This record gives sequence, structure tokens and C-alpha cells, in this order.
Amino acid sequence: MAAIHLVINNRPHEVEAASDTPLLWVLRDKLNLTGTKYGCGMGLCGACTVHLDGEAVRACQTPISLVGAKKVTTIEGLSTDNAHPVQRAWIAEQVPQCGYCQTGQIMSAAALLAKTPKPTDDQIDSAMVGNLCRCGMYQRIRRAIHRASAEKGA
Amino acid sequence: MIMDISRRQFVVGGAVAGAGALVIGVRLSGTFLQAQESAAGAKKAEPNPFDAYVHVKPDGHITLIVAKSEMGQGIKTGLAMILAEEAEVDFDSVSVEQAETRPEIYAHMGTGGSGSTQENFTPLRRAGATVRQLMITAAAAKWNVPPAECEAQKGRVLHEKSDRKAGYGELVEAARKLPLPDPEKVEIKDEADFKLIGHATPRVDVPAKVNGTAQFGIDVRVPEIGFAVVARCPTFGGKAASFDAGKARAVPGVLDVFEIPALGARMFTAGGVVVVADSTWAAMKGRDALQITWDRGAAASESSEGMREALRGAAAKPGKRVRNDGDVDAALSNGAKKVEALYELPLLAHATMEPMNITAQVRGSEAEVWAPTQSPDWVQATVAQVLGLKPDKVVVHTTLMGGGFGRRYMADYPAEVAQIAKVVGKPVQLVWTREDDMTHDFYRPATCHHMRGSVDANGRPVAWFHTLASASIKGYWDPKGDPANDESGGARQMPYAIPNVRMEFNGVTSAVPRAWWRSVEHSFNGFAVESFIDELAAAAGQDPMQFRRGLLVKPADWKPRFEYDPDPARLLGVLNLVAEKSGWAKPLPKGKGRGIAAYHSFGSYFAEVAEVTVKGSGFKIDRIVVAVDCGQIVNPESVRSQTEGAIIYGLSAALKNEITIKNGAVEQTNFDAYDPIRINEAPPIEVHLINSKEDPGGMGEPGLPPIAPAVANAIFAASGQRLRRLPFPMKAA
Repeated sequence: MAAIHLVINNRPHEVEAASDTPLLWVLRDKLNLTGTKYGCGMGLCGACTVHLDGEAVRACQTPISLVGAKKVTTIEGLSTDNAHPVQRAWIAEQVPQCGYCQTGQIMSAAALLAKTPKPTDDQIDSAMVGNLCRCGMYQRIRRAIHRASAEKGA
Repeated sequence: MIMDISRRQFVVGGAVAGAGALVIGVRLSGTFLQAQESAAGAKKAEPNPFDAYVHVKPDGHITLIVAKSEMGQGIKTGLAMILAEEAEVDFDSVSVEQAETRPEIYAHMGTGGSGSTQENFTPLRRAGATVRQLMITAAAAKWNVPPAECEAQKGRVLHEKSDRKAGYGELVEAARKLPLPDPEKVEIKDEADFKLIGHATPRVDVPAKVNGTAQFGIDVRVPEIGFAVVARCPTFGGKAASFDAGKARAVPGVLDVFEIPALGARMFTAGGVVVVADSTWAAMKGRDALQITWDRGAAASESSEGMREALRGAAAKPGKRVRNDGDVDAALSNGAKKVEALYELPLLAHATMEPMNITAQVRGSEAEVWAPTQSPDWVQATVAQVLGLKPDKVVVHTTLMGGGFGRRYMADYPAEVAQIAKVVGKPVQLVWTREDDMTHDFYRPATCHHMRGSVDANGRPVAWFHTLASASIKGYWDPKGDPANDESGGARQMPYAIPNVRMEFNGVTSAVPRAWWRSVEHSFNGFAVESFIDELAAAAGQDPMQFRRGLLVKPADWKPRFEYDPDPARLLGVLNLVAEKSGWAKPLPKGKGRGIAAYHSFGSYFAEVAEVTVKGSGFKIDRIVVAVDCGQIVNPESVRSQTEGAIIYGLSAALKNEITIKNGAVEQTNFDAYDPIRINEAPPIEVHLINSKEDPGGMGEPGLPPIAPAVANAIFAASGQRLRRLPFPMKAA
């Protein structure tokens, strides 16, 4: 096991872990960044979504050996005070029920809006189809993305 | 109910409260009066009658400490609203804290059966009103004025005549010395004066859920924590015949490998081979490296096909009669038009987003547990039993839950972590992988419903005969008990005025674990009843909405015949509202159709209209319109949210999800084969609320049962095709 250098939420980290270890478990078990969730381990549910140089990726399918110099952003790095437009919209629309999937949903939505500031419903579907919500809050997720989009554009 | 707290009890409460607070013990469920009577009589009173405590602190802040688990239903917000309303304080002045698991202080800790608001509404109103009354009494005494001249407002008592006011905080010391008023006589507010109850209020748990700080069970981190996974036999009742741990121990990070035995009734663990490591990933890799020879056990040949045959056979035979009105046999043979149909529903997994997990540490004769659980007192009892400790030596911290839906009532994962923590000796988090969660759930039973009915020459239904076959929930938990009544819930109370009605139940046997899944027996009985009434309407040549309305008759002397009998007038009320809001009377173009289903469960009434487009061999749900009568609404925001959630959860079951058994094992292991509804498949849902003054009903579950029949009935309206099996054989396009 070699020490691997990672940049997470703009801070450098050295972690001792096998190179095939998924980023998810390094975040959760080595760095105590537990906002990124485990849901399926197969990239099927999106609960572990983080940003790699701004792109939404599934941390459970991203071995740390592939992260390299790319900047990792987790939910903890999105804002320190719920100030990100997506977080504000999530509160305004009262999106979460149990809340377990929501950090992954928010990271997917934030990546979508960074690239597509005014997404259509179809674009929202394409960007969010990989994120399961067992509480079924999809209607609120859709509304919240439109709200964040409107607020950003204003 | 509320009771004056004796000094002894006050000291118990005070230890939680900190000094100087006014403490009021509250009994949230059951009736406290019974306990008082039995104390005087032969029966021994419960040692502790309270479930919750209200603390009014010297700074004026009110804390409610309560044993209700937050699993996304917004209970902490709703309870704070009720208390603040009656206490006459701002919503922000009340906070709700999770009680520690100490049955000697907090009785009745379970969260389920859609009961959190139902049970707590009136007792909490009285508790709040008690705070208000004590504050007024204390202020009036201080100012030497009649209490009737004083008024409570926003956490202060005002005496207008003398222009004096005092905050609750400064009155606490005096209020503590007053006798508590009789909780039965304390004056509660007129509903018309509600400022919080019935008004949409943002949930207090939401902000932490958008930034990663909300701590779920799986997020518990304590110093020196290890991580464990268990290799369980794929078949139910099987076990490891032998295993070789050599390669698993060689995986970097793996700390230990050992076997745990299966535990019996009520815990129902599978046993297996445990791998403990310094990270979850290392534990999972260690488990992959285990070489295990399984003894697949006595149920290794069970299959879903075999179960389906057994259920069909059982549904065809006479069963245990749970309802028999009039003469069904005669009515079936005399009816002008006979209708017969078979409805079949599969096993279902809960598939909460957060897989099962739990963290524990055993220190000699004490244990500490961090549990995402709906039943912390059962966790405590189970862990104590496994470890051979007294329950009061086991501290359970209830964490947030990433979904419950009934799964987190169970004691299997708590029993396992006790077995593991005892060996490990350090804090250990047991994590179930998604595969473990899906293949070792307690499943919603598969059922078969044989329905027969007839309609006379005037288009009136005259006979209804429902035979339900199921392996049943009780059949798993209490094989010697009679499951007929529990399993037939909602179908036995079939609400339509048909003169000849019979319902019978037949059980079959299965080794597949079974338990409560969101809305329990209503999830299948609602589909059978609301599909078949639609078939009778079609046989009568009548509009299915009008047909139902005509059969919801409430005689002047109406009384419930069965426990949980629906009030026909309230069911009619939601039908009328949904007919109006869905535009039921407006014709739709060819290829489109509307379907209706209305159903009562857990004290609440739901009518749901689905509008669909059928194209070729597929269909699309265009919209869902819902009318809800859940009695007095506490937080409309939570009612809407729970309704949307129950409908999507029910749509996953209607359209897509099924657990199948092959060679004794579950075939679906992850979301690829058991894929719930996703955002692109979720139809728009419009929720309309009835402004009711009836007692609050449940909200977590009752939105679910009508959705599958509403969609099936809509597909029939659009295409003439009846879908009688879940998940639907016709696929969403």
C-alpha cells in the first residue's frame, strides 16, 4: 500500500490505501467525509456522486488510482453554509424526506447546472436518471433544479 | 395524557433536563387513566407511564424529549408544531430531542404503523396547554390579578389592564411550584385559532440533509472503529458447512474472520462468516476472498413458480371465513352477470436507500449501540439478550434513518452486531451491502386473490366473494397463530354496500422471511378490492366513479362493524374531491384513459385518479391526481410530501419491482434487477387536501394502496385490457 495524494475540497490529503480502493470508501472510512453515501456499490443509485474536476462521477466506481491530480469536490465542499443555489433550492422546495440520497442528488444537479444553466425537463431527466430516491421526491427535485436555475440566472 | 410528576419522577426527568426547568411528563400512546385504575385494582401499574417529557427552561426555550425516530416523515417538526401551538410560543422556541433508550424513563418507543402524529396529537396538545395554563397561573399570582384577565402570546404572559408582561423563562421558577392541572380538564384551543397546526412549516431536519452533516447510522464514527460484513447463506435456513479464511485474512486491512450462529425466533438472523477490517472496502474484499461450502438447508428447493402454484391452489379452495353477509352462494348463482378474476402479487423488498447497518461496542458488562432503527427498545432488548446483559446496561443511540418502510423495525441486524461486537471487543460497524440487504430482507408476502361477484339486471352488484391466499406475515412470526384477520385487513372491511359479501383466507407455507412493508396487507388487498370493484362497474355498464359513489352509503345509525372500518361518508368525500380536481367528467381522446381507486387505511382516506396514454404494447402515466382526508392536518407540507412518496413507492411495485426465489435464494441482488421508479418515470402528482376536523390519521402508508389499481383501471379505460398481476405485464413506454 502506497500513500496516495488527493486534492479534496481544495485541500491536499495523503491516504494509505490499496490503489483499487474506490474513492467512496477513502472519503468515508479514511477521511470521515461521510456526506458521500454508499447505496449500491455498482454505480446504479447515484448516492455516492461527487465531482471530479467539476464532472459528476460515482465515487463507488472510481478507484483512487484514477483520481490522479483531478480535484475532488464532495458535498462538504459545495458550500460551508448551505449557500450554494442548489442547496438553497433544495431547502425552499423541501426536497429531502429521509435525506440519504440527497447529497448525491445535489452533486448531480450542481454539475448539471454548471454546464447547462437553463436545463429542460428532458435534460434534467438525462442528468438525474442515475440518482435513485426511494422516498420518491422526484417532483420536488425537478422543481428545485428549475428554481436554482432561475435564481442563478437572475 | 399528562400526569403530575412526583418528586421522584421529577428527579429522573431532571437528570435529563438540567436544573431549574419545569418538567411535564406526557403519555403519548394508550390511555393513562387505565394505568391509574389498574394501580388501585388487581393489575400492577406500569412502572413508568410516560413516553415523553416537556422541559420549559429558565431561558424560556421548550424542549420535547420523545422516543420517536425520524425517518423522513418530518415527525420532529410536526410534534414541535403541536406543542408550540398550544403552549402559545413561536415554533422556533420548541426543539425536539431524540430520547435515549431508557424504558424506565421513556415507555413505548416504536415508530411505525403511520402512528407518530395519530397517537401524539391530543396528548401533546394537552401538554402544551398545560404549559400555557401554568404560565398564566404563575403570572397572575405574581401580579395578584385574576388569571382570566391574562393572556399568553409568543412565549409571554400579558396583562393588558396593567400593561404588564412576563416571559415564560422568568415564570418557570414559580410555575414549577404549582400543582399540574388535570390533563383532562386543561383548556385546549379552538381549531379556528390555530396559527401553526394546519399551516405549511419548513421541516427542521432539512438543512442538515443538504450539506452532508446529517448523521445516519452508517455515518457513525467513533475512535478505533472497525468495519464488519457477514457472508450469509443465500438460502433461508442454510448455513456454512465449512470455510477457509486463509485468503480473506491475507487481504490488507482484514483484522479477523470468525463464524456466528443463526439466531432464532423474533431475531431471525441467518448466521454466517464475519470479516472484520479497518475499512468497509477491506471487509468486503475479505468476504469476496472467503471460500465457503454452504449447507443450503431444508428450503433449498423453494421457488417463486412453486409458490405461485401453491397460492393459486389455496385461493381456489374454501378457507377460513372472516366475513359473511347474506347468502353469497345464492346471489352468485342468481346474479344476472357473473364476474370472476384472479389477482396475483409478488414478494417485495423494502430496499431502503441506506442499507442495514448498526454500530456497537461491548465493554465488559455494558454495551453501547448506535442504531438506525424504528424500534430502539427492541434493539436494546435484543442486544441485551444476545450478550446476556440486563437491558439497562445497554445504551442505544437512535440515529437518522435512510428510509424505514417497516424494514428498520427488525431485530436481525442488532442481534448480529451484538454477536460481532462481543468477539471484536472494540467498536464495530456492521454494514450490509446492497446485495445483503436485498437478499436477506423480510419480504412483503406474495398473494393470490380469487374474486367472484355478480351484478343484477339493474346493474346493482349483489355478490362479492374474495378468497385470499398468502404465506402471510403472521405465518412467519407466529406459525401456530391464525393469520386470517391480520392478513385480510382492508379487504374484510370492503366498504361498498353489497348485500352478499364473503371473505375467506387460506395460508400456504414458505421459508422466505416475511414482515411489514409500507402499508402492509393493504398493499395487496387494496389492489384486489379496487380492481375488482372496477370490474363489477364495467360488468354493470356504469362509470366506475359513479358506481363507487352509489355504493358508499352511510346509514344514519352507522357504526363500525370491524376494527378499522372505513367511514363511507369520508371515502365518498375524497372520491367527490378527486372527481372534481381530475376533471373526471371531461372526455379524453382515444388511447387515453382515467382510472380511479379509493381506499382507507391507518385512519386516512385516499382517492387517486391516474390518467394514462396507451400506445401499442406500452403505456405512459400522464398525471396522478390525489384527494386526501387524513383528519386534522398538522403540517400540510409533510402530508403532501408523504403522499408523493407513497405513490412513487407504490408505482415502483406496480410497474417494475418483484422479488423472485430460485433454488431457495432471492434472484435479485441489486438495483439493476430490482430497479425502483426513477425521475424520468415519475409522473406529475397533484395533491388536494380535505380540511377535516376529524382526529389525525396516519400519513406514511395510506397513500400507497390505491395507486396500483388506479393505474390498472386507467389502462383498462384506455385499452380495454385488464392488468391483474403485479408488476404489470404491460410496460411503461
